[in-house]
Amino acid sequence: MNLALADIRHNLGRFLMTGVGLGLLMAVALSMVGIYQGVVAEALALSRSLRADLWVVEEGTRGPFAESSRIPGDVRAMVARLPGVADAGAITLSTTEMQAPQGIIRVQVMGYEPGRPGGPAAIASGRALGGVRREMVADARAGLRLGAVVTIGGDRYRVVGTTRGLVASGGDPLVFVHLRDAQELQFKLAPAAARRAVAAGGAAGSIDTVNAVIARLSPDADPDGVAGTARRWKHLSALTDAEQSALLTRSVVNRARVQLGMFTVVLLFVSAVIIALIIYTMTMDKLREIATLKLIGAPDRTIVGLVLQQALLLGGAGFAAATALVFAARDVFPRTVALGVAEVSAMAGVIGLICILGSLVSIRAALRIEPAQALGG
Amino acid sequence: MAPLVQLEAVSKVFGTGETAVRALTEVDLAVEAGEVVGLKGPSGSGKSTLLNVVACILEPSSGRLLLDGQVVWDGRYRIGDLRRLRRERIGFIFQFHNLLPFLDATENVALPMTLAGTDPGAARARARELLDYLQIGRRASAMPSRLSGGEAQRVAIARALANRPRVILADEPTAALDSERARVVMDLLRQVARDQQAAVLVVTHDEKIFDRFDRMVALRDGRVEQVEARAA
Repeated sequence: MNLALADIRHNLGRFLMTGVGLGLLMAVALSMVGIYQGVVAEALALSRSLRADLWVVEEGTRGPFAESSRIPGDVRAMVARLPGVADAGAITLSTTEMQAPQGIIRVQVMGYEPGRPGGPAAIASGRALGGVRREMVADARAGLRLGAVVTIGGDRYRVVGTTRGLVASGGDPLVFVHLRDAQELQFKLAPAAARRAVAAGGAAGSIDTVNAVIARLSPDADPDGVAGTARRWKHLSALTDAEQSALLTRSVVNRARVQLGMFTVVLLFVSAVIIALIIYTMTMDKLREIATLKLIGAPDRTIVGLVLQQALLLGGAGFAAATALVFAARDVFPRTVALGVAEVSAMAGVIGLICILGSLVSIRAALRIEPAQALGG
Repeated sequence: MAPLVQLEAVSKVFGTGETAVRALTEVDLAVEAGEVVGLKGPSGSGKSTLLNVVACILEPSSGRLLLDGQVVWDGRYRIGDLRRLRRERIGFIFQFHNLLPFLDATENVALPMTLAGTDPGAARARARELLDYLQIGRRASAMPSRLSGGEAQRVAIARALANRPRVILADEPTAALDSERARVVMDLLRQVARDQQAAVLVVTHDEKIFDRFDRMVALRDGRVEQVEARAA
């Protein structure tokens, strides 16, 4: 007979209530882990979707995400001619607000040339950009329907397609427009002095500038070798996709990542203390029963098993409730809650460890209960 | 035949120096197989200390304790695994029955047997037999909270008999029962002592059951003050 299960069965209502309470606490911790992973996933979402092997940006910068970068539009053709480059596309990136049917939405506008690298890898509904200007493909996070008309910088765009899971590192949904539209938008959003310089037709007067050129390499090309070739051009920097990914996670979202990580650790610590207190209270509630067990000759392993199994079952019930809650509610969160098997398994391991550590104090207290406490009134 | 419970000049002192309290002084006591012995005395007379010593949960300061002919303590020697000794040789009956509230009557009775390594099926079968023997078989599936005081105490007696102990210790087993049920419980203990040839030692204040003992031992200030033979 399993004493831990029998006790739980006897006090099922209290056990379930405690499990749900713990589950709420664990749900906060689990969602923090998911948001932590989501921040990283979101930071890398665009980079991964573009499937770029090489990022060519302004010399001396680490753009276009970590720093601003501006290079002439004709760099794309030069990059495309580099040995080992299979295809290249110019892109622009700018964060702005747009007037949508449901109100003002903050988005990151990405300009690219249809048919060249820079567009979304997959379209969830509708179609990709065609040859017509003022079309837009928006991420589902923007909440726009196909055919919706939005206004950016005074220009009206029609939504022709949607994507899923493409957001900027700050969590803003991405919208894709023609490169030319995006360049005009950047000009409109530029400071007045810059606009006057363009109007005057000076050296920097062209609006044919882009923020980066992304390149896809031939299967046999060495990304570092091609990047080295690109860097030798004095006015350009080049990052491989691995370097760009490292930059995104270690620089662009680093503070948010560390902040979330620390908050998660604090939450787990609080959970550990609360779990330990609950287990201790549950154990002390059975003081007379434990004393009786010891008096009738129960070995220590029976007492330890009773406390430890209940701790693990409570932790398991709480974690199951937490997982169900977070998975049911994760679409409600404004940022991605990225939880996979690895994160859930790791969290389950941490909760298990917390339960074991949290039960140590209770086990020690239970083993110190004198059998004589079973005697007398 | 040697007594099943034998105390020889057992003393117990708590603390040391000026704060030392002498709870038992040179107590000699023997309980034979089939005998039911009562232990009475005012509060602080040493009843609980004596019961704890016989229950092997308190080590005497001096003297010898033998259970079923085996030396448990003698001042220099002590049996290593006292918990096993309690599990296999001693049955306990408590004032408030101390049934585990999360086990039903059968499971409570089977518990000491499963702790001793008996096959669960066999333990349950014997638990049912014991409950029938104590005329409480119809309540075998009841949880302790559903049992009356008398029923719970019968289940507790069944649990005490589970591993066929030679020694049964009872701490105020009738304190929570009315006169009629108290007499029934004492008659059951007498029946158990006789049928199983066990030595039964009962601590009690309950005067209405004094006539149910073979002998009544009165303690005062840690010493045996008087021994009276009672039931025929």
